[in-house]
Amino acid sequence: REEVEQLARELLADTVVERTVVGELGEEHLNRLSGDNSQLVHVLLKPGVMDPVAESALQAMQDYDFDVDSVRTLRKYWFEDVDQEVIDQLCSQVLANDSIEQVVLGPLNLEQLELGASYDFSLQTVPIRELTDEQLEQLSQQGQLYLTLVEMQTIQSSVRELGRDPTDAELETLAQTWSEHCSHKTLAGRIAYRDENGERNFENMLKETIFAATQEIRKQLGEEDWCVSVFEDNAGIVRFDDKYNVVFKVETHNHPSALEPYGGANTGIGGVIRDPLGTGLGAKPVCNTDVFCFAPPDTPLDSLPAGVLHPRRVMKGVVSGVRDYGNRMGIPTVNGALYFDPRYLGNPLVYCGNVGIIPREKSFKQTSPGDWVVTIGGRTGRDGIHGATFSSAELTSESETISGGAVQIGNAITEKMLMDVLLEARDRGLYSAVTDCGAGGFSSAVGEMGEHLGVEVDLEKAPLKYSGLSYTEIWISEAQERMVFSVPDEHWEEFFELCKSEGVEATIIGTFVDSGRLVLRYMGQQVADLDMQFVHGGRPPVIREALYEAPPETPFQEDQLQGDAGIWLTAILGSLNVASKEWVIRQYDHEVQGGSVLKPLVGVNNDGPGDAAVVRPILTSRRGLVVSCGMNPYYGDLDTYHMAASAIDEALRNCVAVGADPERIAILDNFCWGYTDRAETLGTLVRAALACYDVATAMRTPFISGKDSLNNEFSYQDQEGDRQTISIPSTLLISALGQVDDVATCVSMDLKAAGNLVYQVGQTHDELGGSHLGLVSGASGGRVPRMDPGIALPTFKAIHQGICQGLIRSCHDLSEGGLAVAAAEMAFAGGLGLRLDVAGLSEQVGEVAALFAESNSRFLCEVTADNAAAFEELLEGIPLTRLGEVVDDGQLSIDVEGRQLLARSLEELKEAWQQPLRW
Amino acid sequence: MAKPRVLVLRAPGTNCDRETAFAFELAGGTAERVHINRILERPDIMEGFQVLCVPGGFSYGDDVAAGRILASQIRRHLWQTMADFKDAGKLILGICNGFQVLIKSGILLDEQQDQSAPATLTWNDSGRYEDRWVHLSTDDSTCVFLRGIEQLYLPVAHAEGKFVPSSEDNMQQLASAGQLALRYENANGTGNGDVHFPANPNGSVGNVAGICDSTGRVLGLMPHPERHIDPTHHPRWTREGLKPEGDGMAIFRNAIDFFS
Repeated sequence: REEVEQLARELLADTVVERTVVGELGEEHLNRLSGDNSQLVHVLLKPGVMDPVAESALQAMQDYDFDVDSVRTLRKYWFEDVDQEVIDQLCSQVLANDSIEQVVLGPLNLEQLELGASYDFSLQTVPIRELTDEQLEQLSQQGQLYLTLVEMQTIQSSVRELGRDPTDAELETLAQTWSEHCSHKTLAGRIAYRDENGERNFENMLKETIFAATQEIRKQLGEEDWCVSVFEDNAGIVRFDDKYNVVFKVETHNHPSALEPYGGANTGIGGVIRDPLGTGLGAKPVCNTDVFCFAPPDTPLDSLPAGVLHPRRVMKGVVSGVRDYGNRMGIPTVNGALYFDPRYLGNPLVYCGNVGIIPREKSFKQTSPGDWVVTIGGRTGRDGIHGATFSSAELTSESETISGGAVQIGNAITEKMLMDVLLEARDRGLYSAVTDCGAGGFSSAVGEMGEHLGVEVDLEKAPLKYSGLSYTEIWISEAQERMVFSVPDEHWEEFFELCKSEGVEATIIGTFVDSGRLVLRYMGQQVADLDMQFVHGGRPPVIREALYEAPPETPFQEDQLQGDAGIWLTAILGSLNVASKEWVIRQYDHEVQGGSVLKPLVGVNNDGPGDAAVVRPILTSRRGLVVSCGMNPYYGDLDTYHMAASAIDEALRNCVAVGADPERIAILDNFCWGYTDRAETLGTLVRAALACYDVATAMRTPFISGKDSLNNEFSYQDQEGDRQTISIPSTLLISALGQVDDVATCVSMDLKAAGNLVYQVGQTHDELGGSHLGLVSGASGGRVPRMDPGIALPTFKAIHQGICQGLIRSCHDLSEGGLAVAAAEMAFAGGLGLRLDVAGLSEQVGEVAALFAESNSRFLCEVTADNAAAFEELLEGIPLTRLGEVVDDGQLSIDVEGRQLLARSLEELKEAWQQPLRW
Repeated sequence: MAKPRVLVLRAPGTNCDRETAFAFELAGGTAERVHINRILERPDIMEGFQVLCVPGGFSYGDDVAAGRILASQIRRHLWQTMADFKDAGKLILGICNGFQVLIKSGILLDEQQDQSAPATLTWNDSGRYEDRWVHLSTDDSTCVFLRGIEQLYLPVAHAEGKFVPSSEDNMQQLASAGQLALRYENANGTGNGDVHFPANPNGSVGNVAGICDSTGRVLGLMPHPERHIDPTHHPRWTREGLKPEGDGMAIFRNAIDFFS
């Protein structure tokens, strides 16, 4: 006991600010706070859920030569004079999450801490040869395979030919590989699409739209092609400089985040970091980007359907999940966005992205026969089973109970250690290929690496967190922080020693062979033998219909607007989408790695909303990367074509506004949609993809990678017992990765000096459809913003020239809330007033549109009087309106020919903008 | 004269080692990033270095408490090695997590008679991790790293950076010995020690941002000097123009110049 007390004092507690209480389980003094009659509640992780603190503490205690087998952490709460009913409610709504934690009321009585049970091998086969269609469907549902009937029938006829039933491991391998998550079968499938322009039949929708755009651009560029590897590897790769390429990937982790926001976001960012690490021979991650969509955090608690976590809790959990993982990985989170809509209630969206830098000669991988299949990093446990197939299923109020295994917590330090040895092993040339273990676990990772060869795996060799896993569980577990390598035998010893020297476990689990077959064994007994071609090419094509019918356009209800424009401006600034995200941004380390050039927050008080972040990934170089994004779910309610076009425009103009070269921007698409088996829902998606093709080719901006997440719907029973379904708004995130030759030319959006002139670049149209003015005022109708690449491209090029030539002191893109919001943001970020007259705009489109329309391809630019002539000359041929000047009176005023439309102090505007999310 | 050699210590979860090594090299040193396991295997490799830097990050995940596990490893296995390193007139710098490690291992501040620590770093008053820029002023001290420096503008990025002494007496002693080397300051230097959030970003007692040992050759600080070495690191360089270099460079140069 004395030893334990010493350990508690020295290792577990900080005696300057903490005290220790040591006791054996069951001892009375552990349960009492002060001898009162308070109610004690324990909250502890369910067995098998990752507990990083316990793992680290265990190792540290062993380092103390302490004989200890297992460690668990828990939280204790004492309630004094609180009704049991209230305690129960607090436990379920605030203190614990049922999907990963358990609550114990009163004293704790644990029999043991260790997990695991013995496992007796027996080969499981699934008799499907004689099943009826109905039985096949039942098997697919109950086994959580989530395969369609046609797919089940394909498997059935294939095994009938073989003359044997499949093993469970074989069936699972096919279910994982053929899952929507792994194969994107809907969007890469056959689609018959119909809209007002007629019919179009796709053999492979993605290939004929988004991929095709990139192919055409590359062909046009010819020798100047700066794409390196697109839509092939775990992330897209483009050229950066003479020595390095740059890698970019964005993923979603929506369903896990709905159930366990912290763990879902945690493993979401952890997973996407492994994508660049698993691209080519491994890229070094240099920054993260994170975009989230939630229901409004002020949603009344009693309006929540069963099984839904409160949006405020979801938001806090997601932000801390990303924070704790991203910060620990030492990767700066430099870009992001938040969107709010009630339809994200049961189905929040969590997009996580990562940019990496890779030496040019390390950009490709090649597995060879005879290479070892090696797994390194975390151990395999029962966590995350059926994540890949589950992500394709619709969420219901029961999802919490049936899918507990799919919810996980990450351990960032395991991944950080893995990353450290991966980069060292890469530079020493110790392996021939690498990929990450994500959805589908080994089944996907090993299956993909061996796709063009063949592979044999001995599943009992995989290191386990605890005993008792069946061979199939080992094969499909999605336990985090694992990567698979192909290691030539001559490098194995050095590879192993390197890993060991930094405390990383590396294990051979199989061999790549030139057989064209996927063979799995457990203790020498064969448990699967599949034809690689059938695994990767045997899935029957998905055939879908897609319909699009444009909703009728109605005029914007301008008569809904009462009072002066200042009221609407402050309302938009205080709306959640526009309001300051400082609470989130400051929790992320956005400067680690020492390459920060433009931070997400800029201006005289370091708190204005920057358009895009800039980092220098190579510390000895002046070349920079620019990361930004664009998204407009509201436009999608009117027309997803213009939504997609506008999202691309927004992502590009954010990049261009800080100084990126518009001819060197690569973009990514991430579609999050509702139930695409409905022709109308798939129709809106195809329409968005058509816009992606049109705009990307016209702007010569290649898509280099992308991902989709379908069936984002939430179903529940309402109080009358009727089934209700909420589908998310059609949500396309466009992420942009730009480049600047010399970061010293970059500009920020904050006003710099009184006396400077302010111009609007670009054309305002009468486009108030889907606008934030409509959102805050309740006015519906209006035309959704169009995007014209014929104007956008020359505008972006001119802005870029202006920035390179030092003619532009500050530049801000016009987006949510239009001109009025952009002007206000520039003013309070710079701590300087602004006096504008918008007569030059309002005579064409009216005063409301001049201030609040969200037309594309527009910027506000601040230019010194000395540079005005040169700036105007440079912009010749591009719509340009001089609006006024920067003043030192602490006020934003906007007039029309001397008649005041609005005048507000900077304090009032800034307070309206900062107040909503100042948590 | 040969360039001074800097050992930048790496442990699982350390993540500022590359840019910190870069800063030392820019200042004229030769920096090597060395894993803690190599030093545990062969403590004598420390003898070949003049400067030890424990950089920022989350050593061992900051599990249990920030810096605690690495501190306990050093305390148990490298106590004599560290004492020899200090006694040889060499320099030790702990940045952010490195500061947490130095203070919790007992390398930075001498223990009291009952073996308890005279001060610690604990959770920010805000209760969460925050990344923001702070103004700093130096106290009159013998600290080698801060020679010739009166003010600094640097970012902090931490969750557990609140300096708390174990008693008023200890605070007085540290102050009179000139060990409270670096303090958070208001933007314009006013307020006479009355510094509140966010200028004092974590609620540190006495606005203490960094402390040195009694010899002045060991410094621990929460702000990140390696994140302000390039002129474009400054959060307002687009307004205020590019300076020749960032404020943090002076700390690294002082360390290297000490040996020339």
